[in-house]
Amino acid sequence: MKFVDEFRDATVITKTAEEIRRLAGSSRRYRFMEVCGGHTHAIYRFGLKDILPENIELIHGPGCPVCVLPMGRIDDGLSLAHDPNVIFTAFGDMMRVPGTQGSPLEHKARGMDVRIVYSPSDALKLAKANPDRHVMFFAIGFETTAPSTALTLMRAKAEGVRNFSVFCNHVTIIPAIRAILDSPDMRLDAFVGPGHVSTVIGCRPYEWIAKDEHKPIVISGFEPLDILQSILMILRQLNADEHKVENQYKRVVPWEGNRAALKAMAEVFQLRPYFEWRGLGFISQSALSIRDTYAEWDTEQRFHVPGVRVTDPKAAQCGEVLKGVLKPIQCKLFGKECTPEHPVGALMVSSEGSCAAYYNYEHRKAMVHIMGQPA
Amino acid sequence: MSFLDPQIEMAHGAGGKASRRLIEGLFTPLLFRSALEPLSDAAHIAINGRSVAITTDSFVVSPLRFPGGSIGELAINGTVNDLAVSGARPDAIVVTFVLEAGLPTEMLEAEVRAMGMAAEHAGVRIVGGDTKVVEHGKADNMYITTTGIGTPLGGVDLGPQTVRTGDKIILSGPIGDHGITILLARGELDLEAADLQSDTRSVFPFVEAMAEVAALGMRWMRDPTRGGVATSLNELARDCGLAAHLFEDEIPVRDSVRGACELLGLDPLHIANEGQFLAVVAAEYADIALNILHQTAGGDEACVIGEVREQPVGAVLVTTRYGGSRIVDMLVGDPLPRIC
Amino acid sequence: MCLAIPGKIVEIGHESSNLATVEVVGVRRKVDLGLLQDDMPVLGDWVLIHVGFAMSKISEQDAIDQMETLRMLGEAEQAIQEVRGYGLGEG
Repeated sequence: MKFVDEFRDATVITKTAEEIRRLAGSSRRYRFMEVCGGHTHAIYRFGLKDILPENIELIHGPGCPVCVLPMGRIDDGLSLAHDPNVIFTAFGDMMRVPGTQGSPLEHKARGMDVRIVYSPSDALKLAKANPDRHVMFFAIGFETTAPSTALTLMRAKAEGVRNFSVFCNHVTIIPAIRAILDSPDMRLDAFVGPGHVSTVIGCRPYEWIAKDEHKPIVISGFEPLDILQSILMILRQLNADEHKVENQYKRVVPWEGNRAALKAMAEVFQLRPYFEWRGLGFISQSALSIRDTYAEWDTEQRFHVPGVRVTDPKAAQCGEVLKGVLKPIQCKLFGKECTPEHPVGALMVSSEGSCAAYYNYEHRKAMVHIMGQPA
Repeated sequence: MSFLDPQIEMAHGAGGKASRRLIEGLFTPLLFRSALEPLSDAAHIAINGRSVAITTDSFVVSPLRFPGGSIGELAINGTVNDLAVSGARPDAIVVTFVLEAGLPTEMLEAEVRAMGMAAEHAGVRIVGGDTKVVEHGKADNMYITTTGIGTPLGGVDLGPQTVRTGDKIILSGPIGDHGITILLARGELDLEAADLQSDTRSVFPFVEAMAEVAALGMRWMRDPTRGGVATSLNELARDCGLAAHLFEDEIPVRDSVRGACELLGLDPLHIANEGQFLAVVAAEYADIALNILHQTAGGDEACVIGEVREQPVGAVLVTTRYGGSRIVDMLVGDPLPRIC
Repeated sequence: MCLAIPGKIVEIGHESSNLATVEVVGVRRKVDLGLLQDDMPVLGDWVLIHVGFAMSKISEQDAIDQMETLRMLGEAEQAIQEVRGYGLGEG
């Protein structure tokens, strides 16, 4: 696969890992946060932790749009699925996320019309094909995904498709990073920046991290060589006592971002004054809602949505794990009440959630080490 | 009974962890007397001193027809393969149809013809069956169940208890063809792959060939259907208390399957196959086994994808070229496309 | 937010000016080019696809440059070691 295989070249990976080892030395411990859940996933999938030296610790950040969604929002979205006239659509990532009455898949098992779509435009197509039903699209994602939702809404309006609405749960990445840095329990040396979000917002929005917080941030691609090269670039900055924004993912990320995408977002969305993030609490100006000009396509303006706040079960420590304060295995429920099959929180269900990644990739190896038994 | 789920979900039929929970927690304690024996694809039982292999499987695939095959072919080959990987020659099959009222006759005819051809090709006789018709909406066009009996091959003693550290894991060919073909054929994902089709076929010729020259070295076999290679090998690892180590680069995956999996965020190791088999073979017999497979029609892509090791117990570990490794678990529910 | 795949544009502009067919190792999918309006790709271009939309054009030159930089890693260091080995000494 072009633009994929080259960045998985074993020889170059080994070389890059050696150089990382050389630069990291052994006297200092490094803590880098990879913000984006896709990076978490890639790190585990390619076994990158095995290649990095011991003194580099990777902390998983809150860049998992499924994980940060409070249960109440899932309940809100699913409340509409009860209406037999409604077709509930969402990405595959959402299907197993638990609400208080079960996940979307469980609702499907109970007879509600719940369907997976791969694109918001699939949901719009479904609406056109089913004029006597209402198609609701449960939109999630950071700025990578929001422009596609925006464009779809613009098309729905332009084509007069009235039986379509979006339940908007898009969130923005910068406030999340700010919340992490504001957190007193965090000690981080640098950031591996979200590559795909940056194709939309560009690299400028991160400048405050370098200027005000004095931490390097390297915008990274998702192949093994991308991530390793980003770590290399971070080490070079730290060793030279520098802190700046760098773009490792040049082949795809334009420094100024994607103007057309930003324009579409501005046309359709506005910032919510505040939004509740699982684990991080209420963060101001961190999420998007649909403008009045598109009210007819906004599920929340068109339908009654319960809006009940659901707090996580007391024992679940999703918040601390999201912030990187606790490792998944330190959560009291990890591996016992909370497993990928019976998830208590979204971090165990989402393939990018720290807990699911940890459970699937590290935990079983760790379990064997400790107990010599199958997990 | 230790099955605690309050209701049956799709996941319970997906062939992964949930299925296993249902079988081990509900069916085994209530139905299967020898609960201590690990369940395998086909049971070998003694009747009046003669050993007979018996298995059953149902087919509920939608759409009925897809590139490379149809439900009828799957219904025959699936049962033939369950018998084959248990180390038996498939002899005879009985078929039950649950048909949905309103099903066009030509659809039924097409499937029955397909079954006839598949049976002939696989060398099995179809000796009987039953038909029921249910109301419109209750059978997704048709459900087919096939039950097969066969004769265990002499000299072949298979089972997880025979597996040893150092044994090699052989895979017959590229994985993921069937599952991805079905996913694409459903038409919901707007993907097209011109060259991709289901790999449905009988694997008995390969089993027979191996048994001829490497019977003493054959330890365990499975046809990795629902849940894919990962699920089958996880079951093996759990049943034998060892670990299956795979080398990612050695696992054959067609480009189009790889592309579809990358696009959808799926792992080929979790995707269903209908014409492949996994065989654990003693190290000293691996080359002989591979050789004979390469000489058997359709077996040219067989290869060693890994080996059995001691740790991590009960797990499947995949190692990449550059030394990184990851654990691949059994499937949890159906494979879902993801965007994140 | 992150699963995005590089694909090559193999058909463009048939159904609508915004739709193209993209190929990823033999698998074809329709993608929406609406977000690349300011700098539309042409047949043969590579784009990054996310949820059925093209997010960005992929620069082959940048990819080549990146691989070159990485391949040369350690070579500069090797060169330095060689020079040291000549006993010429450094400051």
